[in-house]
Amino acid sequence: MATIDTLYQDLILDHNRAPQNFRRMEDANRQVEGSNPLCGDRLTVWLRLDGELIKDAAFQGSGCAISKASASLMTSAIKGKTRSEAKGLFDRFHRMVTGSLDPADAETLGKLVAFSGLSAFPVRVKCASLSWHAMKAALDHPDAVVSTE
Amino acid sequence: MRGEAGKRVSGEAGRVPSGRVGSGAATARPAAYASSLADLPYSPTRLPAFPLDVERIRADFPILRQKIRGKPLVYLDNAATSQKPQAVINAVTRFYAEENANIHRGVHYLSQQATAAYDEVREKVARFINARTSKEVIFTRGTTEGINLVAQSYGRTVLRPGDDIVITAMEHHSNIVPWQLLCEQTGAVLRAAPISDAGELDLEAFQQLLGDRTRLVAVVHLSNALGTINPIRQLVTLAHARGIPVLVDGAQSAPHLRVDVRELDCDFFAFSGHKVLGPTGVGVLYGKEALLERMPPYQGGGDMIATVTLERSTWAPLPAKFEAGTPMIAQVMGLGAAIDYVQQVGLEAIGAWEHQLLTYATQRVTGIEGLRLIGTARDKASVLAFVLDGVHPHDIGTILDDEGVAIRAGHHCAQPVMQRFGVPATARASFAFYNTVAEVDALADGLTRVKKMFA
Repeated sequence: MATIDTLYQDLILDHNRAPQNFRRMEDANRQVEGSNPLCGDRLTVWLRLDGELIKDAAFQGSGCAISKASASLMTSAIKGKTRSEAKGLFDRFHRMVTGSLDPADAETLGKLVAFSGLSAFPVRVKCASLSWHAMKAALDHPDAVVSTE
Repeated sequence: MRGEAGKRVSGEAGRVPSGRVGSGAATARPAAYASSLADLPYSPTRLPAFPLDVERIRADFPILRQKIRGKPLVYLDNAATSQKPQAVINAVTRFYAEENANIHRGVHYLSQQATAAYDEVREKVARFINARTSKEVIFTRGTTEGINLVAQSYGRTVLRPGDDIVITAMEHHSNIVPWQLLCEQTGAVLRAAPISDAGELDLEAFQQLLGDRTRLVAVVHLSNALGTINPIRQLVTLAHARGIPVLVDGAQSAPHLRVDVRELDCDFFAFSGHKVLGPTGVGVLYGKEALLERMPPYQGGGDMIATVTLERSTWAPLPAKFEAGTPMIAQVMGLGAAIDYVQQVGLEAIGAWEHQLLTYATQRVTGIEGLRLIGTARDKASVLAFVLDGVHPHDIGTILDDEGVAIRAGHHCAQPVMQRFGVPATARASFAFYNTVAEVDALADGLTRVKKMFA
């Protein structure tokens, strides 16, 4: 049975304390605000795209440890990836946190496997997904606002 | 229930706590009901006046025996909804098992019984809040519907462009949004009186907001986000001096404070059944008879008419005018049992015990480094809201849940309060009279664990 420690792994707590890419990006060409109206979480994701390539990714906002750590690890993971690679990563990430990912595919997620414990905490899945939804919206529709509700 | 057997009371008297007020509905029903329900787990009917025998009271609430992930449930989310004593669960079950019929129109036995029982609860509610007459008691779906009823019936009739409605900065969304909708419909303006850093209403600013164009004051009695108790009597006096009626949102106060609408002299008072031990889906709107008489119906339909032709209709007298359609009959039965239960324990005793719990909880958590209370009004009840440095309230909520401790984390449907205090959300423990000192300790110990995890 999943315990609270599988949810709050050290990697997640570390990224909550000191998130990476936690900054406003001045030269971004994509910016999307994501919000979760039921819990009040709100964050902005910035991307700098060069054609199909994500050259840079950053975020800012307020949220719980799960959403902050997820945004931190997400922005790190997609840097240098193509748009379709980033979307594929989101797809696998989403399947992992909802418990429907083939364990063999988990290896391709790298550090993101720290979130695998989330599948036992369904109400917190939206926390981890918020920045990913924002990222995907930024890739698809510049200036979109997304909500995870 | 084996261990409870000795305490179980069988027969008619066992069905509803024999409260000081209104056990009439129970004894008025055929005796056959009681014996067929003898198998239902049932708990003591004789409750101590004060001090509260909390363990004995807890035995009346089956859900409190639950374990959450192997740990005893510590339910500290009472401001969201209260738990239900067996007497309330039985009342709803009994209605469907043995009494179910539609009210008012039937000439048959069951319908007459249901109608009588339904009307009896209205009398009970009137006594509970000290209304002059049960005509002033309208059954609604809950506080939200009560406020919307006043907004759409009273407000829409009275408001003209440029008029205003005064609320406070500590309102629940349900006492903000109906007025915003009304303002959009009528061209009126919504004004909110500010609150202090302690979460107390700025009385001077409130008074200054009351102007010649103010047509209604709508104010919360006990803030769900802060725990603040507003000085309703004083606010009513200020408003009435200018001829302005006052609506009180009593969703949180009805379970914790003795409410006397005549003493408060408010014009409307709305509360929900489910926060005062009753079922969801039922609430009460009290309104002064003279005002309710002048107001047009809120919804049209069956039961609220006197006559209907294809051209026009006339309205039923109070309270039926405001109760279109088949009401929530089973829930009303449950509400009746809930009020009996609360009356039996006594709101003075409830308030005194909850005050002790809140005081103790405040002492325990203020010792936790980095914890900041949100809402430190002098006059406060039931609610302990706080933020913890470096830990989001949702993480607090999830970690406490792992300990079996149920609190709420978020904006508590009071986003303007969050904005006022500059926080995205708070963690909130809210107490009821069935909570114990040990449960407060579980909360404090859980917070210590949170601190450790996030250190």
